[in-house]
Amino acid sequence: MPQTNVEKKKKFRSAKRMREIMTEYYIEAKTADQTGKKVAWITSGGPVEPLIVMDVIPVYPENYGAMIGASHMGGDLCAKAEALGYSTDLCSYARADIACALEDGGPIGGLPKPDMLVCCNNICGTVMKWYEIQARLFNVPLFIFDTPFCHVGFADEARRYARTQIDEYIGFLEGVCKKKFDFDQGMEVGRLSLKGQRLWQEVLDAAAHRPSPMTAFDAFFFLALIVTLRGTDKVVDFYTGLLEEMKERVSQGISAVENERYRLLWDNLPVWYRLKWLSDTFASHGACLVADTYTTAWCGSMQYIDENDFIGSMAEAYTRIYLNIGVDEMAKTIFAMIDKYEVDGLVMHSNRSCKPYSFGQYDIMRMVREKKDIPCMMLESHMVDERSFSESQALTRIDAFMEVIRQRDS
Amino acid sequence: MDILNEFIEVAGDPGAYARRIRASGRSVIGCYCSYAPEEIIHAAGLHPIRLFGTRGDSGIAEKHLQAYCCSLVREALAESLAGGLDYLDGTVFPHTCDSIQRLSDIWRLNTSHGFFADVVLPVKLTSESARQYLIDVLKRFKRELESSFGLVITKEGLGSSIRTFNTIRSCLSEIYELKSRNPGILTGSELFSIVRASMVMDREELRGKLQALLRKLREDVPGREGRGRRLMLVGNACNHPDIYDLIERSGGQVVWDDLCTGTRWFSGMIREEGDPLASIAGRLFERQVCPSKHKSPTARGEHLLAQAREHGAQGVIFLYLKFCDPHSFDYPYLKACLDGAGIPSMLLEIEDRLPPQGQILTRIETFTQMLGPETRTAFTGASQTGREG
Ligand code: SF4
Ligand code: SF4
Repeated sequence: MPQTNVEKKKKFRSAKRMREIMTEYYIEAKTADQTGKKVAWITSGGPVEPLIVMDVIPVYPENYGAMIGASHMGGDLCAKAEALGYSTDLCSYARADIACALEDGGPIGGLPKPDMLVCCNNICGTVMKWYEIQARLFNVPLFIFDTPFCHVGFADEARRYARTQIDEYIGFLEGVCKKKFDFDQGMEVGRLSLKGQRLWQEVLDAAAHRPSPMTAFDAFFFLALIVTLRGTDKVVDFYTGLLEEMKERVSQGISAVENERYRLLWDNLPVWYRLKWLSDTFASHGACLVADTYTTAWCGSMQYIDENDFIGSMAEAYTRIYLNIGVDEMAKTIFAMIDKYEVDGLVMHSNRSCKPYSFGQYDIMRMVREKKDIPCMMLESHMVDERSFSESQALTRIDAFMEVIRQRDS
Repeated sequence: MDILNEFIEVAGDPGAYARRIRASGRSVIGCYCSYAPEEIIHAAGLHPIRLFGTRGDSGIAEKHLQAYCCSLVREALAESLAGGLDYLDGTVFPHTCDSIQRLSDIWRLNTSHGFFADVVLPVKLTSESARQYLIDVLKRFKRELESSFGLVITKEGLGSSIRTFNTIRSCLSEIYELKSRNPGILTGSELFSIVRASMVMDREELRGKLQALLRKLREDVPGREGRGRRLMLVGNACNHPDIYDLIERSGGQVVWDDLCTGTRWFSGMIREEGDPLASIAGRLFERQVCPSKHKSPTARGEHLLAQAREHGAQGVIFLYLKFCDPHSFDYPYLKACLDGAGIPSMLLEIEDRLPPQGQILTRIETFTQMLGPETRTAFTGASQTGREG
């Protein structure tokens, strides 16, 4: 009986609200052809705010990819993409989405057809190829927001190029939507976006408390809104509520993992089809994954945003996001997180789906061992394609890793 | 033919050639990509050299790169870590695919070859702002070379480099055209060696040698019609000269390519008037596009079909390194384009070494044999549309 009480306490009441919002959002998107609204497909790290200003519904194939993964439909869809000639080694978000687009398969009966495509390559080169494929399939206009990679620093010419593209982007939207862009509203949407990002950061910060009121697995779940609806007051309201809930949990001493003993940091995207299993497995060792580099990426470049000139400063913020920087820069972010969340170990997800996120992990691992002296482990998967995942191998690794952490503790 | 043997020798051991250049007092700058602005390096009096990695040996790179990384990147890093690139005074990384992007970071953090530069090219090659950005990026690169090596790159120097590279590129194009019309004049692996050596040799010396070779080839043309079905090779960087022999033994012959170590590297001329950096940028902007750059969603398919038609390709072999995202994403589309035009194709995916001879031979034979009878006469299609030599 006491067990159930704990279980109840551990569940977030915000989770229900979030499901409602996401359902409303997808219904709105799926009925766009009836309401006369336009739909844009956009990459997860793409500049969404101008779309909101133009009253265009942004749809995120990557968020959909996560749904596919979580509902264990990834393997099947990826196999379909392979039958179409796409290599098994490609990003499983892209493969699953390509297969869905052709046959309306997948959860919620597929995504609504796009009226335009907005691709920002600040996360990878994959999205450029993926959106080219969809541009051929749907035969709709494609805008590429080309964010020069920042190996070290941000060059002046890159800044100019990125900034100019914001104007080009707005021009593109005006052309497709056949109406003028309202800059006053741009300010307002920008303000809401920044507010949403700040709240999201505060939510994640709550995990710095011992014991942590949330895990990275909760963050993976609650991430959906800052990805899909940033720039709206829905996001602000929702995260305000979630933050309150975090504070309550902290004040009541509710911990996400019972008897939290060890605190871990997760790197890379989640393994969408094994969230619960991974969460339970780590929890069985008294380990809480308190933070991760992935969900932080949606509030990691706030420092570059000028609140009074969102449209003017967004180019820099979108260019200098976590994945669009050099390995050593990423390592610095990880060091800071290790300190902030008082982490005992680093779990790196070597994600065959995502080369820009995964190549360089060995170097980061070495730097973490040298500079922070904490144990690190690596788990390999294809984040959405469950066919390649070996539970027994993962379990052996996790057990061995936790043993190292335990020994250091004693 | 003496010149031909020289090319073969250089192609067989680029490192030995590079060491000789270095011994003569010139600094050697390596790069892995067809987008490297070699003209600027050359105008600085430095020697640009294309690197290929140590074939089939990437064990030492395992500490830095997962197994699901393409062999080009793994072998490149391995060669550096194993000390095989001791002749370098610097490396340049133009921005292309995600894997090279990370290789650049890992390289910067773990190797020491002197000068290092990222040339962060635009990814989309469509807008005026991208063109301007590309020019600015080249300017930055020029400044970095100048300050690191303590030299000045003049407008005249750039102009002269541009002319040298234009001559080299037009020679290579003409050799390709000649081979397409009369495939018997060179074997596939000879042509491979010519191109590869061209990426390695001193460019002035190369220019003279290519011109001499071309004169010989022009005389040699009659009676050297090829044998075998006309094929096009499409893919990333090819580090496997054996593939040409295997194709020829299977009753095929490569008459054209769309490779990173082929036409994609030497296609397109640089305008010889106006601002040199803008002209160099202009060529990079206009030239045949690599799949990690964007021109239009259909640019690569259109280009492939045009080339296949122009060179009377009876079939296409896609030669891909495993784990190469940009090419793998394009494959179903390019194949569909060819299917639509009635041109059969096959995909050969190689990890680091070629599959066992017998196996690969059977696969290629099966493919070439379904392409119909061998053409024994010289192909004249190219001469109607192509440039006449
Ligand atoms: S998972 Fe990686 S490769 Fe796939 S879309 Fe996201 S950033 Fe790109
Ligand atoms: S383009 Fe392909 S083959 Fe070339 S480095 Fe990138 S992944 Fe490797």
